[in-house]
This record gives sequence, structure tokens and C-alpha cells, in this order.
Amino acid sequence: MSKVIKILGTGCPKCKSMTGVVSEVVSENNIEASIEKVEDIVEIMKFNVMTTPALVIDDVITIKGRVPSKAEVLALLN
Amino acid sequence: MFDWLQHFADWLIYNVFNVGAETHLGIALNFFIYDTLKILILLFVIVFIMGIVNAYFPIEKLKDYLNKKKLYGLEYFFSSIFGAITPFCSCSSVPLFIGFVQGGIPLGVTFSFLITSPLVNEVAVAMFLGMFGVEATLIYAASGILLGTIGGWVLGKFNLEPLLSDWVKKILENKIEQAKFEEKKKTFYDRLPEITQAAWDIVKGVIVYVIIGIAIGAAMHGFVPENFFNQYLGGGEWWTVPLAVIVAVPMYANAAGIVPVIQVFVAKGVPLGTAIAFMMGTVGLSIPEATLLKKVMSLKLIAIFFSVVTLCIILSGYLFNMLL
Repeated sequence: MSKVIKILGTGCPKCKSMTGVVSEVVSENNIEASIEKVEDIVEIMKFNVMTTPALVIDDVITIKGRVPSKAEVLALLN
Repeated sequence: MFDWLQHFADWLIYNVFNVGAETHLGIALNFFIYDTLKILILLFVIVFIMGIVNAYFPIEKLKDYLNKKKLYGLEYFFSSIFGAITPFCSCSSVPLFIGFVQGGIPLGVTFSFLITSPLVNEVAVAMFLGMFGVEATLIYAASGILLGTIGGWVLGKFNLEPLLSDWVKKILENKIEQAKFEEKKKTFYDRLPEITQAAWDIVKGVIVYVIIGIAIGAAMHGFVPENFFNQYLGGGEWWTVPLAVIVAVPMYANAAGIVPVIQVFVAKGVPLGTAIAFMMGTVGLSIPEATLLKKVMSLKLIAIFFSVVTLCIILSGYLFNMLL
């Protein structure tokens, strides 16, 4: 089943690097997933996170406030 | 501690580049190489340590702690200290602000955090340590924390909740549960490469500012006459502190770039208190910060927030000049 990935962040450098890491992992491993960047603060606050960037996979927050490594993202997606 | 670095700078400039130790150019280059390397090493070490703290800092638990305990006014102080030790990323200030207020923490206590967070940050501390030494750094950090405590307490006395943005008020009315959060526990050893990488990224991001700041500083050392500022800013007239702060507030200078310039001001006769107040005005309050805050509060609230903090900075500038 295709996964729904959301990246929460208002567009700071860390959020951009998280987007980079996640999209590389998805394309390199042919993972079936949609990536959505959530930049609107009102939308972000619906997840009630206090530190950005945050990674949301199928409505579960998996990482907050830091940029993960590729291996970590791959493990989360499998 | 940095003797070896001085030897290296001497060797590089006088022996390798063969620039005379007595020439203006030689002295300036030596100063530049030594200062730049020293600052970059300090920056990396401090940012790295703060990275470790950040990786394990339980921000959610802190929120619950501030909310549940009766602390008899000390909550402003704690909130301010937490603001100082959590590394500040301007993009996180809005989510943190809402998270705090939503968690039931009074607005004033939240402001304490918001004031100290940019004021006492790892980059500013590393730069201060490199340019002014340990004593001045401790004074700077302690006064930043004190300022956050008092500023938050004063702001807490006003009835400011109605001045928040409508959507924030709505959030406050209907508490939302946090979305499900699952994170695998990772060992310190697992996280080390990630923390090192993050520290390196931060240092890389400010290297340009450090170099420009030190270069401007080095040039000013050579060309601004001794006692130049004494005549205009250092004479201790009552208006010099407010002037320095009011000029500083709209400016948005990276702490990495501003400290080397301030160091020259002090070397040329500006009192340290005035210089610290100027520094606080530049890093603590800025137009970009106001734009971010615009999303969660009305202009009136931003104006009140900025005025109270500006006033506190001016007062602390006077206090330093009296004490130091």
C-alpha cells in the first residue's frame, strides 16, 4: 500500500534538508509513497509538534526537531 | 590554551608567507588568522556540546513541569534558563510558542523563554568567549537570563491573551491531542555522527559571517583612531545607551558577525555595558523575528513585547556601566 509522507516545517534550512533526505530515500529504493510538504503553520500546529522539522508517516509522527539519516528514514519506511 | 594556535599563525604568516612581523600587514594578517581559527574551534566545540544537550532535552517534559508545579514566580526564571540552553532555531519559535501556551503555560512565562532563547544562544556564547573571555561571557549569559525573567514577568502583568491571533485563540479553546508519536530509541553512539554533522552544518552556516566580522574588526583596529568612540559614544552621557539599543533593534546581524565588530568598539573606548546592550538589541530583537511572530500575535502585542524588552535591555546597559 502506498505510504503517505508529510514533512512539517516552515521552510527553514533543516526542513529543506529533511525533504532532500526523504525524497532521495523514496526514489532510490522505489518506495511507493507520496511526499507532501506542510509549510502552513496553522496546518503544522494541527499535529501539535513543538519542534520542526517533523516527519509524519501515515499520520504517525516519527521524527521531530532534527534531520534524520537516510538509513533511519529507510528503516522507518519499511 | 590557544598558545599553539598563536605559534601556528606566527609560523604561517612570518615564515611561510614571509610577511614581516613588524609590518602593519603582518600584524593584521596574524591577528586575522589567529582569531578566525580560534573562533571556529570554539564554535564547533560549543555547538557540538549544545547538540548533545538538544538531542536529549525533554522539551515536552519541561512543558508539563512548568505547567503542573507551583513555583511561586520561579517559573519565569526556569523558563528563561531553558530558553538559554535550548538551541534556538528561529523556525521553531512559533511552534514552541504555541506548544507552550497550549500546554497551559501562562503567556508571561512563555515570553521569558522567547526572550532568552535568541539572546543567549550557542553561537553568541562561543563568539563572546573567543573575543571577550570567560568573565564577560558569564556576565552576558547571566544578564540575558535575568532579562528574560524580568521581561516575561512584566509582560505577564498585562492582560495580553486577547491580543493573540484568532486562530491561536481557537487552538487554545479546543485543546487538541498530539498526533501519535513513535520514535525508536537510539543509543548515544548511534546519534553521534548525526550530532557531529548538525554541529558542522551550523558552523559552516556562520563561517562567512565570522570571517567578514573579523575582517571588518581587523580593518577597524587599524584605521579607526584610538579614542574615536570615546568622543561620541564612550563619554558616558546618559543618552548613549538608549541610542545604541535603538539603533540595534531593527538590525538583524548574525551574532557571529557582530561580536568581532563590538570587540573593536570596546577596544576603542566604548564601555562594555553599552556594547553588551547593543549586542542584545541586535540578536534579541529583529524585524525578521517580528514577521515570524506576526503569525501568532497582533501588531499591538508585538509592539508591547518589543518595547518591554527594549526597555529592559536599556536598563541592563545602565546597570553594567555602573557595575563594571
